[in-house]
Amino acid sequence: MPTKIEKDSITGRETTGHEWDGVKELNTPLPTWWVYTFYACIVFAVVYSVLYPSWPWLSGHTMGVLGHTNRGELTQALDTQGQERAKFVNRIRSASFAQIRQDPELYNFAVAGGRSAFQTNCMQCHGAGGAGSTGFPNLVDDDWLWGGSIEQIQQTILFGVRNANEKSRQGLMPRFGVDGLLTPQEVSAVTDYVLSLSGKAKATAEGAKVFKEQCAACHQADGKGNIEMGAPNLTDGLWLYGGSRDAIYRSIFYARNGSMPAWGERLDEATIKMLTLYVHALGGGK
Amino acid sequence: MRASMVLTMFWGIAAFAVGVVIAAQLVWPQLSFDSEYLTFGRLRPLHTSAAIFAFGGTALIGTAFHIVQRTCRARLFGGAPLGWFVLLGYQFFIVFAATGYLLGITQSKEYAEPEWYVDLWLTVVWVAYLIAYLGTILKREEPHIYVANWFYLAFIITIAMLHIVNNLSVPVSFGGTKSYGAWSGVQDAMIQWWYGHNAVGFFLTAAFLGMMYYFIPKAANRPVYSYRLSIVHFWSLVFLYIWAGPHHLHYTSLPDWAQTLGMVFSVMLWMPSWGGMINGLMTLSGAWDKLRTDPGLRFSVTAVGFYGMSTFEGPVMSIKAVNSLSHYTDWTIGHVHSGALGWVAFIVFGTMYYLVPVLWKRPGMWSTRLIGWHYWIATLGIVLYITAMWVSGVMQGLMWRAYDELGFLQYSFVETVAAMQPFYFIRMLGGILFLSGGLIMTYNMWRTVRGEREALTVGTTRPALAA
Repeated sequence: MPTKIEKDSITGRETTGHEWDGVKELNTPLPTWWVYTFYACIVFAVVYSVLYPSWPWLSGHTMGVLGHTNRGELTQALDTQGQERAKFVNRIRSASFAQIRQDPELYNFAVAGGRSAFQTNCMQCHGAGGAGSTGFPNLVDDDWLWGGSIEQIQQTILFGVRNANEKSRQGLMPRFGVDGLLTPQEVSAVTDYVLSLSGKAKATAEGAKVFKEQCAACHQADGKGNIEMGAPNLTDGLWLYGGSRDAIYRSIFYARNGSMPAWGERLDEATIKMLTLYVHALGGGK
Repeated sequence: MRASMVLTMFWGIAAFAVGVVIAAQLVWPQLSFDSEYLTFGRLRPLHTSAAIFAFGGTALIGTAFHIVQRTCRARLFGGAPLGWFVLLGYQFFIVFAATGYLLGITQSKEYAEPEWYVDLWLTVVWVAYLIAYLGTILKREEPHIYVANWFYLAFIITIAMLHIVNNLSVPVSFGGTKSYGAWSGVQDAMIQWWYGHNAVGFFLTAAFLGMMYYFIPKAANRPVYSYRLSIVHFWSLVFLYIWAGPHHLHYTSLPDWAQTLGMVFSVMLWMPSWGGMINGLMTLSGAWDKLRTDPGLRFSVTAVGFYGMSTFEGPVMSIKAVNSLSHYTDWTIGHVHSGALGWVAFIVFGTMYYLVPVLWKRPGMWSTRLIGWHYWIATLGIVLYITAMWVSGVMQGLMWRAYDELGFLQYSFVETVAAMQPFYFIRMLGGILFLSGGLIMTYNMWRTVRGEREALTVGTTRPALAA
């Protein structure tokens, strides 16, 4: 098809003279603002790539005249933050819990820092407010598996529960049913006995006998538990794994041995202290 | 190809519907009904693939064959059999991919989830597509290649390259679905986003620009604004786009130098992208009045507007300082939807409202009034969607980085999630509106195909189409 340049009556521009299925093109020049904005973007790109690490070659790349790196930016930000907090953090590290609690400003900082650390590390299991859920202890009440004093809480946070750390809190409940230590009938009887401790069922003589022989060593004869072994109090009606007859039966038959990481392996000393004070302040600390 | 129009409509409704479902799941997580087949993780790739590859891809294949034959004055290379093989083969690819997602078969690469057996099949189909397309261009009767065909060809070639390189993998066995990718670590991440970003660049941008370059001049009955601009913006777009992928990996283990280059190439991409917008909008000079009477053309022109907005937002978000706030937040989701709903879906709707009457040899769509309804409902849906995601995304980013007066992080992650819920609800409403618009369109298309025409009301007559 021969080239046939026409003049568009509306814009006054000429066409390129080509036509495809009725579609023609005008020969309008590039808009000036478009060209200069494009140039400006290119200039920006060149300047930026001179300032920052950019062009690669075989064994390296240009470092940029500003000497900026992502890693450096992060380190600097962490340093700045560390310096801002240093005044308080250093005092928390060196002071005793009693000293921290006597200093309102310092205590306020510690609880705020503990809350922040709790939200990042602890709430996934213990819940946003520390109220826990099935299998994850409630930290707001006054029922403590391993003790609710400041020192006991610190110990639990530092070394965790039933993990590989050698100072971890240990204490395993046997799998009475699975390992054949008790028959299903005996598990059933002792389940009723356990329920009777909080007035939820009628105990049988068989249940009482099994409890005395198998359970009292850790949970004590009165069922009030033993924080040295992490053996829960069975009389207060608070249940980590549920208080239904079925849930308690399963706890005895299969045993429940939840674990918690040793946070001392991951968090620094001051953060552990702040966490301890925060958890202690949640409501149930002794 | 009439079949491609019907299939596009079908996949569009499917994509929008699954989108509404997963939007609702984000408001009410219990809507997965504890079934592994209905979890967000499996339905989300179903939604993205249905929208991009099924809806968008089918529309592109259909329009590519339509445009290339008309602008080359040549029948399709390989004839109808090759055309049908490409279209139907591509549908098999979609079905293979989608069933895999629901069964939990995935490479876990975003927008490249299908496993090796699906990838191989798509490669066969795609090469056939290239042969049919390029063959038609080579035997053309026109002296020059029309600009729409440059864009389609760039799309077909680049997608082939991206698809093959990103999906290189070794199957564990020929009887099993599992494979291990050829790339690992940060190289894998870089290749994935070289793929991912250019899927946006060449699938969702270049190819649909090709669609625009044919259907807007056709529907407006005006010459393309500037041939020179089309040359300069085409070459600058395809040259710059391919380097911009690293901006998806800012502040990761990707080396700093690659992040810098990803950013500056993205910034340079702004004007080349806008070249397409200028050519699309300015082609209407002398025909702006048609927007009043032709709501189909209104879709196309609004699409170009959203395209301009998204291609400005993209370079802004690629700037590292902005990205440090926007990355991993809903802002990104809002951005891709202003592109996917506003640009891709709208240009497809505009095209279909033009093309369906042409293909079925009807004087126009059954109801111009319903096109108008579709337009306003869908536009309102997009506005709700993207504004909700902007607010939610910026809020999320600010909450993540908020410190209290003592220098500790203010919010836990779950508090930021809880704060987003109202916006997720608004987003779902936007999705429902967009889906409703799609259903109106389907109904209108159905009545058009059946050969009916609604009694016209004065003032909304559509001008006779130059078929």
